[in-house]
Amino acid sequence: MTERVRVTGPPRRRTTVRSRARDIDADTRLGGIYLRSLLREQLRLAAQVLAVLVVSVASWPLLFHLWPGLADVAVGGVPVAWLLLGVLVYPLLLVLGWWYVRRAERVERDFAELMQEVDR
Amino acid sequence: MSSAPGIVAIVLVTLTTLAIGAWGLRFSRTTSDFFVASRSVNPRLNATAIGGEYLSAASFLGVAGLVLTFGADMLWYPIGWTAGYLVLLVLVAAPLRRSGAYTLPDFAEARLGSRAVRAVCSVLVVGIGWLYLLPQFQGAGLTLRSAVGAPVWLGPLIVGLVVLMNVTAGGMRSITFVQAFQYWLKLTALLLPLMVLLVVWAGEGAPGSRVVGEVASGWSVPLADGGGQGLYLTYSLIVATFLGTMGLPHVVVRFYTNPDGRAARRTTLVVLALLGAFYLLPTAYGALGRVYAPELAESGRSDVLVLELPRLIVPGPLGEVLTGLVTAGAFAAFLSTSSGLAIAVSGVLTQDVTGRAYGERRLGGVTAFRLAAVVAVLVPVLVALAIPNVGVARAVGLAFAVAASTFCPLLLLGIWWSRLTDVGAIAGLVVGGLGSGTAVAWTLAPYSASGWAGVLLEQPAAWSVPLAVATMVGVSLLTPGRVPAHTRRVMVRLHTPEAVELDRG
Repeated sequence: MTERVRVTGPPRRRTTVRSRARDIDADTRLGGIYLRSLLREQLRLAAQVLAVLVVSVASWPLLFHLWPGLADVAVGGVPVAWLLLGVLVYPLLLVLGWWYVRRAERVERDFAELMQEVDR
Repeated sequence: MSSAPGIVAIVLVTLTTLAIGAWGLRFSRTTSDFFVASRSVNPRLNATAIGGEYLSAASFLGVAGLVLTFGADMLWYPIGWTAGYLVLLVLVAAPLRRSGAYTLPDFAEARLGSRAVRAVCSVLVVGIGWLYLLPQFQGAGLTLRSAVGAPVWLGPLIVGLVVLMNVTAGGMRSITFVQAFQYWLKLTALLLPLMVLLVVWAGEGAPGSRVVGEVASGWSVPLADGGGQGLYLTYSLIVATFLGTMGLPHVVVRFYTNPDGRAARRTTLVVLALLGAFYLLPTAYGALGRVYAPELAESGRSDVLVLELPRLIVPGPLGEVLTGLVTAGAFAAFLSTSSGLAIAVSGVLTQDVTGRAYGERRLGGVTAFRLAAVVAVLVPVLVALAIPNVGVARAVGLAFAVAASTFCPLLLLGIWWSRLTDVGAIAGLVVGGLGSGTAVAWTLAPYSASGWAGVLLEQPAAWSVPLAVATMVGVSLLTPGRVPAHTRRVMVRLHTPEAVELDRG
């Protein structure tokens, strides 16, 4: 994957240049909004992953508690509990993690681009 | 039963470990090398080292034995130990690296600007570290006795000595190579014998596959026995392992060795893949054990299942070689996990005890680290020699519960909640530590409670974690005047990507 590079030249006209990163450093209201929105975005992402984890994995004990008959269900001779807990859960965790890393890096890239933009 | 393959395996693993440690020594020069390998370890090497460090005796020997004895509900242990990294990835990995601290107490002090919080954290790191080191040393004793018939005190002594030599010689830099090597050793040591065993099993017409499928329905319920109590035990185990991973001192210290926050995330993702691949194997051993060695479960020796299964299924020289291989893997498990814990505990002891100035005298960085390492290893070795039977799997499980009840709330709130105060943090750490600590003391003590009281003490995480979080939040809200003035600056440092030029304090 190639890194996206922003190509910029020096400004043709002299203007009052103010980088958005300065707003964060100076702790202006605008800076506070930038920071909060970054935090909220990352936390929302984390909450989505954890919600999938709870629904798809952590719900299994409850399901087996409520429907004990599930223990006798077998797929291709292997009890479904063994298939889920012994094998399938690991690829699921990996896919969740991979999805999160991609999304989190995109959020950070967007934030970095936003900070490099210059208000005139 | 011949002990030759076991002895050869243990000697080889020990020598290789020392040799790689000595080779890594060439790269260790500065104090930063000792603590965090100068923060220049690439994600793949770092992830392999984390895997090597994390897969302890409990993973290598314990899981297969537990599965053999209790069945599918024990699969929650390896699942929790892996899912813990997913939780760590989404909530902690990148900010923790960006905090720029060496250890957990460093993080607490940087975030909350309080020496008192730091002191509480240091005590907890050393406590959790020792609680986790103890079963490693004891497991080493049991393995040596099972593999070569050595007296039970020899294992802790050998493992303690090798760990001490490696840690004091090269610190984090050389340990990184040692642990990366030991991940592959552990994986190979389970995978190769398993492939042979499966070929033999299939050649015999796959005996027992129907038994696993039909008769053993209780064995296939992913839930502890006892109705509501079983449900509680299973969920409490899930809470402890999912949330405890991020609070283990030897796991956290590895994140500081990443070059930046992005690398920390990628490292964690590779760790998820490596652990997932590894944990497929002990489950298979447990299932094969059900067919070939059910008597081990009945006689209460299920912990040696992985060590004895090859000899039971494949008699003759091939079986002996495979036995040697799994013994080597087991020994690597003790060495790597105890090395990582020793590093983490000595790092904290260096900063807060041996590296401090006492009057006029003050030890140099590396000397102080070496002295701290001696203390960090000696104490649990002595305890392991004095009380040789605490119960390997239990102590590890309790270490997770304590970590989940103390450092997990501190990390989560410290990273994501800007209104956390030092008083709130201390209150939460003390409540969580005392709550789970009482359960630990109760479980390790010789008497036992029955009914719900016993169940609640056996797996404290499901009540001690929410209690600690509530205390931390509640007390912080009651002391709004103590929110550190630099909180916002720290939040900028924790969450903004390094590429953006910002004042990070």
